[in-house]
Amino acid sequence: MSAITETLREPGRLANTVSDWWVLTKRNLVTYLRKPDLLVFSTIQPVMFVLLFVFVFGGAFERILPANVSYVDFLMPGIFVQTAIFAATQTGVGLADDLQKGLIDRFRSLPMARSAVLAGRTAADTVSVAFQTVLMLIVAYAVGYRLHEGGLEALLAFALIIAVGYVVTWIAAFAGLALKTIEAVQAALFTIVFPFVFVSSAFVPVATFEPWLQPIARNNPVTIWVNTVRVLTLGDRVTESKSLLFADIPALGNLLWTSTLWLVGILVVASFLGVRKYRQT
Amino acid sequence: MTGSMSEPAIVVEGLVKRYGKVVALDGIDLQVPPATVLGLLGPNGAGKTTAVRILTTLLGPDAGKATVAGFDVVRQAEELRHVIGLAGQNAAVDENLTGLENLEMVGRLYHVPAPEARRRGEELLERFELTAAAHRTAKTYSGGMRRRLDLGASLVGSPQVLFLDEPTTGLDPRSRLEMWDIIRELVKEGTTLLLTTQYLEEADRLADKIAVIDLGKVIAEGTSDELKARVGGEVLALSVADRERAAEAAGEVLGLGPGGGNVDNKTGEIQIPVGSDGTAILTEAVRRLDAQGIRLADIGLRRPTLDDVFLSLTGHAAEGGTEGEASEDGDSPKKKRKRDREKART
Repeated sequence: MSAITETLREPGRLANTVSDWWVLTKRNLVTYLRKPDLLVFSTIQPVMFVLLFVFVFGGAFERILPANVSYVDFLMPGIFVQTAIFAATQTGVGLADDLQKGLIDRFRSLPMARSAVLAGRTAADTVSVAFQTVLMLIVAYAVGYRLHEGGLEALLAFALIIAVGYVVTWIAAFAGLALKTIEAVQAALFTIVFPFVFVSSAFVPVATFEPWLQPIARNNPVTIWVNTVRVLTLGDRVTESKSLLFADIPALGNLLWTSTLWLVGILVVASFLGVRKYRQT
Repeated sequence: MTGSMSEPAIVVEGLVKRYGKVVALDGIDLQVPPATVLGLLGPNGAGKTTAVRILTTLLGPDAGKATVAGFDVVRQAEELRHVIGLAGQNAAVDENLTGLENLEMVGRLYHVPAPEARRRGEELLERFELTAAAHRTAKTYSGGMRRRLDLGASLVGSPQVLFLDEPTTGLDPRSRLEMWDIIRELVKEGTTLLLTTQYLEEADRLADKIAVIDLGKVIAEGTSDELKARVGGEVLALSVADRERAAEAAGEVLGLGPGGGNVDNKTGEIQIPVGSDGTAILTEAVRRLDAQGIRLADIGLRRPTLDDVFLSLTGHAAEGGTEGEASEDGDSPKKKRKRDREKART
């Protein structure tokens, strides 16, 4: 008997799984729009980052940048990657919230795909990353930011930023399930994310760091991602520059595969840990 | 498919669960016939929620076995999830979705087509008198409304076996009575129900059979009447006007019954099971206390409650109630007792 029901259900299984993913992605997007505070701050924050950094640090940087690179062009790749990472940590907060409210228990008692809660949450938060990236692009454009390479390179850069956000949602998912309270998740993610973003080439050239810090910074995945976006949006200006700022940036080919390697590596480890934690919760 | 009507809907054999050194379930056995209600009664930390979590596949047991509607909780977890409904301790609804959206979402997660999920959601809202609030987000709902919505969500899949974990904890008295009516209706329709509660009155009103659970063990099982018969006869309840003298009063009267009794020094309340000698013992108690000049605020004989049963079984009172409902029935002192017990997840 059960063998028959098994076969009957089998063809619909994949369709059901996809449906579960979609139901939960939609739920998370709908609720996102209904949290006005979250929506307002996640809109203001990226705008604020762009304006603060450009107008505060811009003047100091103009001197050391090559003549054909403006500070906003140099800075934006760093801001894009940083904001994607910060926005992605929201996944941990959302999951901790669901856990505390008992929603995860309800989902786990339903005959739905085990993967859907995490897949739906990470997907919805990645949509939010994409939204914030587009928003920043518009604001940055208004204060003089320009893409200096072709449309394909720009799209590749955009895809990379979104991919960084997606991968970080999985780290945040694991943290959310492991730490279980919103406060703990926020504190922990902030503590982990901050050094990664600041010990990188996002805002300041690695060549100006303390000597012992430089190898760490150069191998920091955030540095590699930011540099990749820089080369994809600034092109020759970076690769042919003798400036201190760009001296240690590898060729695009190298950057692309190391970026991808980091993304895949982190995704595999974080999603494995996240799914395992979800099953144990 | 599985389980004819004569087979129990829930079978639990020697179930054990440990959290580190804390033993939450210490080998419990239960059987629930189809279309009946089992009340799992016990204080916080007794293991009630752990039992529910294992039976609804949220948690794996460390030893023993359990089946629900014929499906093994470990080996057939996925099949099992198709035939159960669960409403946990905190109303598990998404407060940023409307009432209808919450139920539709659950329906879609049972893989019901969207129009059908909507129709089912509307039906359940109608049934639980939430139609007027169908398009409001759940965060605007009162506690009672959230619980009803949560219960609605647990019924979306038309479960054969329903698990309600403390369905009225934290509700005001009126909402609790409404909830009881709803639950009784469900059972009339033939749903098998396992209900956990800290409220003796709740188990008394709703359950066909009651399993009293304490420190991870079933310490008594039977109908409400069978359990009350264990206390035997009536209970003499008296309340000392001057609380300071409660202990003194207890010294005078506790020996009167066949098996001691219970004193609460904070409230000055004393309860003594008195068997069939009620009137004689009452008279004697009044005489003795009068001789000592101890004034009484109240004295009387009453039928035993499950409270008395719990007391006689465990030597301590069931922990009645959570904050905010103390004034309801004068049971408030009980919640203060036994707070120091080692608390596993209830």
